[in-house]
Amino acid sequence: MVPLQLETLDRRQFVVGAATAAAIFALFRSLPASAQATTGDFDSVFKKIVGDAQPGDSGVEINLPEIAENGNTVPFTVSVKSPMTKEDHVKAVHLLSTGNPQATVAAFHFTPASGLANVSGRMRLAKTQDVVAVAELSNGKFLVGKQLVKVTIGGCGG
Amino acid sequence: MANNTKPRAKITPANPKAGDVIEVKTLISHVMETGLRKDKDGKTIPRNIINSFKATFEGEPVFSAELQPGISANPYIAFHMKVEKAGSLELTWVDDAGETSSTTVPLTVS
Repeated sequence: MVPLQLETLDRRQFVVGAATAAAIFALFRSLPASAQATTGDFDSVFKKIVGDAQPGDSGVEINLPEIAENGNTVPFTVSVKSPMTKEDHVKAVHLLSTGNPQATVAAFHFTPASGLANVSGRMRLAKTQDVVAVAELSNGKFLVGKQLVKVTIGGCGG
Repeated sequence: MANNTKPRAKITPANPKAGDVIEVKTLISHVMETGLRKDKDGKTIPRNIINSFKATFEGEPVFSAELQPGISANPYIAFHMKVEKAGSLELTWVDDAGETSSTTVPLTVS
């Protein structure tokens, strides 16, 4: 019976099977490839901001050090490409942490008078984690950018 | 907020032309106590952070921020602004204790 079973797996079945396996593999790879599991309330905070919208993943540039020696003051710059006109501007940038006790770090609100959707500051990072910036556009769309920061000494509590 | 700490603000370029987009760098002294730390007796130190920052030009909103404990002590915030005319840029910080600090940056247009 064994040789018969082998024969029944013809070329077509093999191709379909291989394609399915590849699709499953691709699905796993497309899941958020976070280096660190999220702690705190990141998932619910993120959901609350974007709602049911499908955020785009380009256009938000986050500038952070790759390695932060001191998690108490990590300089950041977030910039979003936008003409910043009355019809088409960035309304807000939400800065979120995936590994701090509290996911929301800050919300920055822009107006056409801002001229440029660009903000800098200094944030606390409790541990090595992804930092996520969500830009809310005037047309109701959302853009997301993220960057991994390795933290040597954490900067929350303790 | 301690009264001896005057908030600071600097614009670049210092002498903008009409239509220029300038960068406004701001700095204020504040502990930004997270509310997560404990003192040596094990009691939680109550949260006290600057939770709000606003920038208005002649009464018109330019930029604002809601801050959380994830912002470092002595918050530095830099943002941009399109200069159309001369006037004054009002910057206001408010902390959890309800104390307000503010400063005004005069803008001249060359």
